[in-house]
Amino acid sequence: MENDLNARLLELQSQIEMLKEKVETLESRKKDQLSIAIVSGDLDKILAAMIISVAAAAMDTSVKLFFSFWALSALRDKKKKVEGKDFISKMFGFMLPRGKNRLKLSKMNMCGMGPLMIRYLMKKQNVLSLEQMFREAGELGIEITVCEMSMNLMGFKPGEIIDYPNLRFAGAATFVADAGESSIQLFI
Amino acid sequence: MTAEELKNLDVTKSVDARGTACPGPLLEAKKAIGTIKSGDIMEVLSADEGTRVDIPKWCGKQGHEYLGTIEESGYYKILLRKK
Repeated sequence: MENDLNARLLELQSQIEMLKEKVETLESRKKDQLSIAIVSGDLDKILAAMIISVAAAAMDTSVKLFFSFWALSALRDKKKKVEGKDFISKMFGFMLPRGKNRLKLSKMNMCGMGPLMIRYLMKKQNVLSLEQMFREAGELGIEITVCEMSMNLMGFKPGEIIDYPNLRFAGAATFVADAGESSIQLFI
Repeated sequence: MTAEELKNLDVTKSVDARGTACPGPLLEAKKAIGTIKSGDIMEVLSADEGTRVDIPKWCGKQGHEYLGTIEESGYYKILLRKK
């Protein structure tokens, strides 16, 4: 009887040890970090992503942004030109907004009147412009990862991407790994 | 703290963020808090309603002590003590 009890106790003890280890690894995996997969290339959505990111960084949360698909338009530098694109890439480049100042609104775009009005209102109400927001983001150490696959798909070249201090090119697995250890994950 | 007590606090640093909207004031507060010592009192002036709610949240996360808000005409004076 006593032996039985002792054996049971030992078993429970080892189970508790195992659980402790598990909890520790789980806890250490969740960092005070925000990961956002930004797929939309609309002015309003890029704006939302950047405002949340800057606010998080101001609260000392580390921020990792993954730019993919339509969002790549926001990272184009209108002053940079690259050579050696094929026909389809050139067409894509021509049809998509050239940089963050040319983005359209997801609603009420009205042939460009909407973005003009939003920019006017933002200025009037002292909201940081996208340009300023990217500058602040760079200073705050917000990391930008550009989806390599979307770059190739849309025919963008690294040479036409904006100058930004913490920018790298990587694949979806990088986002999955970053998001896995973040306590906040968003998709915009 | 009562409004009277808040008004009589010895403020080390004043951050005038009335010229920016969310998240501008938070950003300025973050930059300014690095320039003062632990225990010092900082005030953030903001015309932004959101910031009035955001700063206490920021204090909660960073461990600074949120002291209170004084409502001035057209803006808020948000007071906190650095951790």
